[in-house]
Amino acid sequence: MKKVYLDNTASTPLMPEVREAMLPYLGEVFGNPQSLHDWGDKAREALDEAREKVAGLIGADAEEIIFTSGGTESNNLAVKGLALARQTQGKHIVVSAIEHFSVLHAASTLEKWGFEVTEVPVDKNGVVNPEDVKKSIRKDTVLVSIMHANGEIGTIEPIKEIAKITQELKIPFHTDAVATAGTVPVNVTDLGVDALSLAGSQFYGPKGAGALWVRKGVRIIPLLDGGIQEGGRRGGTENVPAIVGLGKAAEIAAAQMPKRIYTLTPLRDLLLKELPSKIEHVVVTGHPTNRLPGHASFCVEFIEGEAMLMLLNSKGIAVSSGSACTSRALKASHVLLAIGLSHEIAQGSVLFTLGLDNSKEDIDYVLETMPPVVDRLRQMSPLYAKYVKTSQGGK
Amino acid sequence: MPVYNEVVMDHFMNPRNVGEIENPDGVGEEGNPVCGDMMTFYIKVKDNRLEDVKFKTFGCGAAIAVSSMVSELAKGMTLEEAMKLTPASVADKLEGLPKNKLHCSNLGAQALHEAIKDYQSKQKAGGK
Repeated sequence: MKKVYLDNTASTPLMPEVREAMLPYLGEVFGNPQSLHDWGDKAREALDEAREKVAGLIGADAEEIIFTSGGTESNNLAVKGLALARQTQGKHIVVSAIEHFSVLHAASTLEKWGFEVTEVPVDKNGVVNPEDVKKSIRKDTVLVSIMHANGEIGTIEPIKEIAKITQELKIPFHTDAVATAGTVPVNVTDLGVDALSLAGSQFYGPKGAGALWVRKGVRIIPLLDGGIQEGGRRGGTENVPAIVGLGKAAEIAAAQMPKRIYTLTPLRDLLLKELPSKIEHVVVTGHPTNRLPGHASFCVEFIEGEAMLMLLNSKGIAVSSGSACTSRALKASHVLLAIGLSHEIAQGSVLFTLGLDNSKEDIDYVLETMPPVVDRLRQMSPLYAKYVKTSQGGK
Repeated sequence: MPVYNEVVMDHFMNPRNVGEIENPDGVGEEGNPVCGDMMTFYIKVKDNRLEDVKFKTFGCGAAIAVSSMVSELAKGMTLEEAMKLTPASVADKLEGLPKNKLHCSNLGAQALHEAIKDYQSKQKAGGK
């Protein structure tokens, strides 16, 4: 059976070159980077090299990079660490309604610690209006955190415009760039942010390796107290093999980025255009054009996402869904509700995220496989039956 | 390990008794799209037995498998027997469901009971 992996937001595969680069650090180069002997030196050199490469990907200085265990830790460190460092100046932070849970739940924790949180809404395409950010900023605001792009709907946010506001008001601005770093050009100076999260598993690096970039001079309180690793901002012996992999993946991403975008964008656009034309009552979620290059997300009316996902899986296609049934907590995606979709429509969420291994044949296969899958579930759906009866009755 | 066992997958991939019954003796609906699952059961009754049972379901894999299993179990049962089907007994017949699917998706028995109650109330109304 044909196998088509279209869930690169969940995890990209590890590039063979990245794995190769990691192998020595799972073997003979095992030293602790903090050790002062030859064994330590070798590990430390690898760490320094990886730091240069990650910094290079986002136009930053190597010493501004804090290695973490991934996107979730980077976001937690940013939101809690930056807010706590300023709590004598105020206890108010601003986030968007469609942030990843690692930002939203970190913000909820801050609320328990006495902070106030303002959630800025998004429009129907999932775009934050910079004016809304400006209006929500108060005298006691100590942090703004808005994501660069949303992994569920693909929309890219106007970070530069928001940064103009935060710079003018001198408020630290963090952006969760997990969905964009390594995928589209990300330059910290150009964006004008003060902190930025990224993760290796989004651009063909290993899981368990991410980074938080914090602009020089911006204070941050560590989450993990311990030794002097990462300049005292993140204690714990460094995960050298994973960090080496992250560095290698960053180096390759920086070199291949234009080619990757050039390949993925037309495939994405084909899916965005053809799926709604082949199947009735399919809506594109997220911004129609200003979105991640390999990202095509939809809601299919009258049916549920998990059932769709399972039938597609039986045809060899891997996708994900933001439906309530797909989530462990059985809650509809907060992102889909924030863009104004009803619970019923959100249930039909299906998300195709393309990667380097995909070809036009894969998209053709999806376009050929989806209509019968949708039809089969609609024939089973009481909501579809009701719709058909009502629309016929109306004639 | 996959989320669903082989029995559940079989009922999801090859659901039994999907559809509607024309002029059913009873119809029952349970659930709502907010919680995620919605099931409609149609029944035909003859001599106090469920002669035919069909369903339509909007929902996840578990919801579809549950509906299918309920329809298969209920067919041929007396109304009293069918009223004794419970979410737990349906889950057992499916050899287990994931913990978080035990409630929301497991409404098949209730939807069937609603259909039987609908039939019974029609009978009463007709008998008057």
